[in-house]
Amino acid sequence: MNGTELGLWAIPLAILGGAIRVSTPFLFVSLGEVLTERSGRINLGLEGTLVFGAMSGYAIACVTGLPWAGVLAAAGAGSLFGLVHGLVCSLPRVNDIAVGISLMLLGTGLAYFFGKPFIQPVAPDLPALELGWWSDLPQVQAALRVNVLFPVGILAALLLWWMFRATRIGLLVRVVGDSTDAARAMGLRPAFIRTLATAAGGAFAGVGGAYLSLFYPGSWNEGISSGQGLMAVALVIFARWNPIACLGAALLFGGAGALGPALQSVGIPDGYYLFYAMPYVMTLGVLIATSSPGRAMAGAPGELSISK
Amino acid sequence: MGRKRGGIRPSDSSLAVLARRAEAVAVPAGALLAGLAAFSLFLLLLGKSPAEFYALVYKAGFGTWFSWQNTLSRTAPLLLAALCVALPARLGLVVIGGEGAIVLGGLACGALGGALSGLPGAVAIPLLAAAGVLAAGVWIGAVGALRHYRGVNETIASLLMAYIAIALMNHLVEGPFRDPASLNKPSTAPLAEHLRIGDIPGWDVHWGLVAGIVGCLVSWVLVERTTWGFAARIAGGNVRAALVQGLPVGRLVVGFAALGGVFAGLAGVFEVAAVHGSANASLAAGYGYTGILIAFLARHNPLAIIPVAVLLAGFEASSGLVQRRMDLPDATVLVLQGFTFVAILVSETLYGRLRVFTPETWGIPR
Repeated sequence: MNGTELGLWAIPLAILGGAIRVSTPFLFVSLGEVLTERSGRINLGLEGTLVFGAMSGYAIACVTGLPWAGVLAAAGAGSLFGLVHGLVCSLPRVNDIAVGISLMLLGTGLAYFFGKPFIQPVAPDLPALELGWWSDLPQVQAALRVNVLFPVGILAALLLWWMFRATRIGLLVRVVGDSTDAARAMGLRPAFIRTLATAAGGAFAGVGGAYLSLFYPGSWNEGISSGQGLMAVALVIFARWNPIACLGAALLFGGAGALGPALQSVGIPDGYYLFYAMPYVMTLGVLIATSSPGRAMAGAPGELSISK
Repeated sequence: MGRKRGGIRPSDSSLAVLARRAEAVAVPAGALLAGLAAFSLFLLLLGKSPAEFYALVYKAGFGTWFSWQNTLSRTAPLLLAALCVALPARLGLVVIGGEGAIVLGGLACGALGGALSGLPGAVAIPLLAAAGVLAAGVWIGAVGALRHYRGVNETIASLLMAYIAIALMNHLVEGPFRDPASLNKPSTAPLAEHLRIGDIPGWDVHWGLVAGIVGCLVSWVLVERTTWGFAARIAGGNVRAALVQGLPVGRLVVGFAALGGVFAGLAGVFEVAAVHGSANASLAAGYGYTGILIAFLARHNPLAIIPVAVLLAGFEASSGLVQRRMDLPDATVLVLQGFTFVAILVSETLYGRLRVFTPETWGIPR
């Protein structure tokens, strides 16, 4: 059997492969946002962090020749953005949603500003695992060419889930997120813990950005992210603040994002832009389906401004 | 800012009232300066001269009548886009998807232009504007409806809908509505000459500026001088109290959001009918995002939007000159906006905490 005999089976295969490829940044950003939101803050600025992570990761990988140095730099830059968000939001009467919007603009602005010289040069890609080695079909091999960061993300999801469930740190984050008063009564410093959680969440989003520029699509340009960071925030609501559910949600959203390119790859170019809009439509649909007027959402941290 | 109306009760000291108004001007102005100072530091760290930067901004944005006209042309969409943020904000909604409403307004205008070209301009132009305004109003009104009736977060929903609107425009201008003559940049067919909106007589600035200023004035009257505006402010402060009072909160939320969308849609109509001549990707030029910053800098006061929009339009107008003279990338303006935005939000924490402005300082015991 050769590639041409695959026929329409190529579409689900391309969607599966695409789902894995496209979902990784969603996964990282949503894990970061879960950590942040569990502590009682919302960070809409992760869209900007994602773009800045993509730029800084690409730039450092270009300069050093080491893709992993890029990932590290992106994580560092991301945590810096998270730290700024956390500190500004610790001031009384500052709205975390508005701060998120401002950091979204600042992050993208700084990324475009410093990223100009890196649009041309080629950075080394992150290594991929060839999980399709057992098949002779090039399509299968292409679909199962999975980046190392994907299993790393799965591991991180499991670790976060375990952390919230069974560790002291997880408990502290949850207490702070569910009730500022209870946390104060326990002698905790809510603003401090939230700031740390937001900084750590930013690091996750930075890594998600590095994946974009260092693996798929694998180059730095100003259109590298169009709302993935924001969709990941919506995805967290859908996943009910559960890191493991984030994995499933990320794959689902990744599949929606892969639909357009998959259809195009088998020669159905019509409505490219409509398929391109699929993830947004789906995110909106999911938001409408999972939101509820009047009462707080199940599983939502009590101190979260969007669910209060 | 600068509200000169009554409300001085006999027990108030007029100095205390004055202090409160001074605070409403001084804090945002101080934040703006702090943002510009942070940006200056950023330029210094990069080895560029802030003095040269601001001199160039002044020269290209405000130095001559020519540069003023350039700035004012860019002010028009910014005024209308800022209203799309400021009006829903009265009800506590943070709508950031004005870009989508601009795109849809322009798209409706560009797509219908061909069908209406047989009509005289005096009939067709209002129809085109109505179509654009209607599409955009329904779009942002839907954001308000989702918020009120389904509890969907309006910030995320409005931005998602902006991406959807842009994708819809790309689909339509590359497919069904594409003018075969537009090769490099897919566009709708150009509007016939008599359907174009011209310039203000004697100025090189299109009528959108007048529409924007009138929009701000009308919005100010609506918010500050009508019962609807009063009801909206109550609902924005406390939804439950407003419901107990029997206020139609749902209609207020949808209405104010839709009106915001109407203004943003009007911006799109002017971009097509007065600037580009057809609907294409240029509609998504980022006016919607700058509008967010303007509304926050103006603290959602429609009158304050006017000077703030002129200032930011001046920065955008000078972008080209700054790029060429100082060898800075075009994203420089975005960085400046980002710094200013963070500064204005940080300043929110200062209200009521600066001794100079508190009523106690001016002889009112509390």
